[in-house]
Amino acid sequence: MNASLPRNWDTLRQSRGRRLERAASLGFGKEIPVDRIIDLLEAVIQPGDRVCLEGNNQKQADFLSESLADCSPERINHLSMVQSVLALPSHVDLFERGLANRLDFSFSGPQGARLAKLVQEQRIEIGAIHTYLELFGRYFMDLTPNVALIAAQAADAEGNLYLGPNTEDTPAIVEATAFKGGIVIAQVNERLDKLPRVDVPADWVDFTVLAPKPNYIEPLFTRDPAQITEVQVLMAMMAIKGIYAEYGVTRLNHGIGFDTAAIELLLPTYAADLGLKGKICTHWALNPHPTLIPAIESGFVESVHCFGSEVGMDAYISARSDVFFTGADGSMRSNRAFSQTAGLYACDMFIGSTLQMDMAGNSSTATLGRITGFGGAPNMGSDPHGRRHASPAWLKAGREAYGANAIRGRKLVVQMVETFREHMAPVFVEELDAWKLQKSMGAELPPIMIYGDDVSHIVTEEGIANLLLCRSPEEREQAIRGVAGFTPVGMARDKAMVENLRDRGIVRRPEDLGIDPRLATRDLLAARSVKDLVRWSGGLYAPPSRFRNW
Amino acid sequence: METLDFRFDSKPVPRAADPALCGVVGSGNLEILVKSGIEPEACRVRIKTSARGFGETWRAVLDSFATSHPAGGTVIAINDMGATPAVVTLRLAQALAEYQGGGL
Repeated sequence: MNASLPRNWDTLRQSRGRRLERAASLGFGKEIPVDRIIDLLEAVIQPGDRVCLEGNNQKQADFLSESLADCSPERINHLSMVQSVLALPSHVDLFERGLANRLDFSFSGPQGARLAKLVQEQRIEIGAIHTYLELFGRYFMDLTPNVALIAAQAADAEGNLYLGPNTEDTPAIVEATAFKGGIVIAQVNERLDKLPRVDVPADWVDFTVLAPKPNYIEPLFTRDPAQITEVQVLMAMMAIKGIYAEYGVTRLNHGIGFDTAAIELLLPTYAADLGLKGKICTHWALNPHPTLIPAIESGFVESVHCFGSEVGMDAYISARSDVFFTGADGSMRSNRAFSQTAGLYACDMFIGSTLQMDMAGNSSTATLGRITGFGGAPNMGSDPHGRRHASPAWLKAGREAYGANAIRGRKLVVQMVETFREHMAPVFVEELDAWKLQKSMGAELPPIMIYGDDVSHIVTEEGIANLLLCRSPEEREQAIRGVAGFTPVGMARDKAMVENLRDRGIVRRPEDLGIDPRLATRDLLAARSVKDLVRWSGGLYAPPSRFRNW
Repeated sequence: METLDFRFDSKPVPRAADPALCGVVGSGNLEILVKSGIEPEACRVRIKTSARGFGETWRAVLDSFATSHPAGGTVIAINDMGATPAVVTLRLAQALAEYQGGGL
C-alpha cells in the first residue's frame, strides 16, 4: 500500500498569498487607483471562486459590482456569488456576461423578473434562497467567501474602515472572509487622515478603492403619510386595540409598508387616547422609519436597534442617542446580523404584510415570472423554539396556543393585509403562486415566506382572526376565510362556522372591538405628509428630494 | 365603463340629509350619492364603474351592506374608479351615516 502524500493544511493561506503576490507584482499597494480596479480584481479573483458582493436593501457596493461585471469572462468565470440582495442591474450582468453561474442569496426585489428569466434559460443555478441570518450563518459554515467586495464610508491610510450609519451586513461578511484565508476589498466614499471611529480594523482589509461617487443607498423604508388610506387607518386601529393592547406588546418589529406605517402614526394619537403610552411599543428592532418620528417625539419609544440606516435620518438619529445605538462619534451603528437576532429572539411580535395567503395561513410574496426571495421576514415572522426567557405577551400567546399549562410561550406573528391588492388581485387564495413557481424553477421547496403554523393573527379590513385559539385545521381555515372579505375564498366561507368562531372570540369584527369604522379617517394620523414628519423632527429629518413636494 | 343595476330588500332608514354625498372619483376610490326613493323596504343601486367584470363582487358587497344596515327607501348612485371592496364598504357606511344626519 502506497503511503499517502502528506497533506497541506494551509492551502487557503497559500492561495491568499499567491493572490496578494500577483497584486504586488502589478504594483498594487493597499490603496488602489480607481482606474486600475479591474486589473486588481482580475489579479486576485480566480475562476470558480465564491465571491460575496455586499449589498442589501440599503447600502450597495455598486462601484465594485459594476467593475466586476466589466472584468473579462476569459479571466474570471464560474464564480459562485453569495450575497444578501440581488438589487442592481450589474448584479444580474455578472450572470448574463458569463462571469458567474451560481447564486445563493436572500432577496432580489427589483431584479426578480430578470432573475426568473435567467433561471428558465438555465444560465444561472440558484443554490438556495435564504433569510439574511441563514445566509450569514452559512458564511461561517459552508459558504465562506474567497473574496468579499464591500462598501464603507471612509478609509484611512492604513486601511481601517469607518462604515457610517449604514453598517448593515459588513461586519458579518468581513469576519467570515478575513479569518478564512479570503481577500477583502472595500470601496470607500472618502479617504480621511483620521476616521470618526474604526468599524473594521485595517488588518482585516486587503485593498481599498476610492469610488468615483458615493455608494448608492436606497430609501427603502420611507413611506409618505399622504398615501395612507382610511382602510389602512381602520386596520391599524384594530391591530392596536385588538393585539398590541391585549397582549401588552412592548418589544417588536414592523415590516415595511403603509399598513405598519399607519400603526406608527396612530401611536401618538389613537394609542395615546387608549392610555397605551408606556404599555406598548417601547423597544424596537426596526430600520429608522421616518414614520416612527412622531411616536419617538411623543415619548412612546425607549429604544430602537437598526438593521441599516435610512436616507435623511442621520441627523435626527444622532440627536436622539438615548433611543438609537450610536458611537462615541455621534453617528449610528447599525448591524443587520444583530438586529435580526434581536428580531428573532428578543421581540414578542412581528407584524408585516404579504401578497398572497392560502387557507393554511402560508404566505408568499412570490408571483409568477418573478423570483423575489424573502429578506428577513421569515426570521422575524417565526416562533423561535430556542427562546427561553418569558414576557407577558409571550406567555399569554403561549397559553392561548397550548392551554393553561403551557410550558412555553409563543411569539406573535401577525399578517396585516387588505383582502384585495391593486387591480382587484385577491390576497387570499386557494393555492399560492409559489407552488407553480417551484415547478418552473425546479426548486426543492415552494418559496413560502411565512409558514402558516407560525402565524398567530391575521388582520384585514373585515376583522382579526386569532389562529392561536383554533383547535383544528378546519377551524383555522374558516377563521382565515372569515376575514377574507369578498375574495372568492372569503365568499366560500361556512357562515355558521364563522359565526361560531366569532362567538368564541377567534374572529373579531371592528364592532366586536368597539371600533366604529366610520371614525377611521386620516385625521387620526399624527403626520399626514412628509412635511409633517420634518416638522415633528424639529427640522432634523432631511427627506430625499423624491419625497419633497414643497 | 360598465353600468350595473341592483335592488336589495332592506329595512327602512330614516332620512335627514337628502341627498348625501360621500367620497371622490379618483383612482382606487369612488363617489356615492344617497337619495330617497319610492320603495321604503328596498335599496336600489346604480353603479358606473371603470373596472369591468366585477358584477358578482358588487352584488356580494351591496347585499352584505343592505343586510347589515337599514338602507330601505334609498336610491344609491355610485361612480367608481376601481375601489376595492374594503373602500366601498367603508364609503357606504359613511354615506348612509351622512344621509341619516351625519351623526356617528
